[in-house]
Amino acid sequence: MTPAETRPIGLHFENIDKRYGALYALRRVSLEIAAGECVALVGRNGSGKTTLLRIAAQLVRPSGGKLTFSPTPSAASPEAKNAGFVAHATMVYDELTAQENLLLFARLLEIKEPAKRVELLLREVGLFERGDSLVRTFSRGMRQRIAIARALLHAPAVLLLDEPGTGLDPQGVSWLAETLRRLREARATIVMSLHGESEISALATRAVRLDAGAVVADTHTGVSLRSILTFANA
Amino acid sequence: MSLFSNTTVLLGKELRTEFRSRELLTTTVVFILMVVVLFSFTFDPTREESRHFGPGLLWLAFLFAASLMLQPGFLREQTNDTLSALRLSVSDPFAIFLSKICANTLFLLITELVMLPIFAVLYNVPLLGVVPQLALVLFLGSLGLSVTGTTLSAISAQARMRELLLPLLLLPLLTPLLIASTEATGALFAESPELRWDWLAFLIAFDVIFLTAVWLFGEYLLEE
Repeated sequence: MTPAETRPIGLHFENIDKRYGALYALRRVSLEIAAGECVALVGRNGSGKTTLLRIAAQLVRPSGGKLTFSPTPSAASPEAKNAGFVAHATMVYDELTAQENLLLFARLLEIKEPAKRVELLLREVGLFERGDSLVRTFSRGMRQRIAIARALLHAPAVLLLDEPGTGLDPQGVSWLAETLRRLREARATIVMSLHGESEISALATRAVRLDAGAVVADTHTGVSLRSILTFANA
Repeated sequence: MSLFSNTTVLLGKELRTEFRSRELLTTTVVFILMVVVLFSFTFDPTREESRHFGPGLLWLAFLFAASLMLQPGFLREQTNDTLSALRLSVSDPFAIFLSKICANTLFLLITELVMLPIFAVLYNVPLLGVVPQLALVLFLGSLGLSVTGTTLSAISAQARMRELLLPLLLLPLLTPLLIASTEATGALFAESPELRWDWLAFLIAFDVIFLTAVWLFGEYLLEE
């Protein structure tokens, strides 16, 4: 199951505002992300990266502006409604085993042959042997692997990752980079928030820097990818 | 079809996690038994008094149990942001509510099943002759408690002072349900028991109205 089986999806943020009371998390953010692009969102803590990703996942409603998808999702092809999302939190149940968690979400997503898909992903993330263990017994890195596996279950056309390397060991980062490379080749649209340069950031075809909720640099306006990524590391 | 299959899958998850930990059931059963036993010791009611005050006491105990049981429904989903994962996975967000309502109704009914024989003995109220009628009243009342409580738990889970907010919102809203359930149960505890269809109709209407409201507006309650 690859994103190639689904339609590539582009995201269009048009003058997006997000306010929490008097505080602006995002200010008039406009971004055109083409289908199949791999975008690195960088910026200091509190710059609005997570909020932008949650708006892209349609988990948060913007206070102003609008988010559209191209092509527009329909009942027949609802890919944009089911983005793969890796957040700060693991988004899986501690009281269930790794296998039970993935099976639960696979069934909700109505994946064909869910058990087969879950077994494949557990092998891919290196947790097949621990499939019957409760997630609460896992280390931070193992939880992150399960979180990523959950987001990849339905081979989403849009993948949103909030600091996906968190807690992963060097082998884990390499595995994630390889997985994202394959998804990028399959024309999945990837938007990920990152801190600095890494194996994962090397996959980005575009970088956007946010500061105080506004876009302050974008490789589409001629700024080099490296300068945006290294600034975030400073 | 998606709503039905999503609800079934999520209900399975709710039951699996609860029966694995038994946190909610154990706590609620112990709490409700303490309430009933303490009331019995405090008032030492006669059979006639039990017939008169028993139904109210019974439903107050269920109400307290529900406010204790329903609180963690959506709070648990916040621990690892699993609510977001569910919202991204289900085709109809009503499935999230429906599965929790079904699970909470079942847990409440189990608690009531444990409590009723003890209530009957302590308060000297014969229940054997009215078991099917009482089961119907308990089901409709518990469903109303679950629908309202689950919905308010979704609202209070996102608020500050969430532990206080749920009972504060729940108790006044459930007053009509409490009155109807108490009256219907009281009629079954009478010397010549009867099933009061007027109160049953009220309970059915309450359940249908709140279920419809959750179906229509539930999605907005799940938003951040």
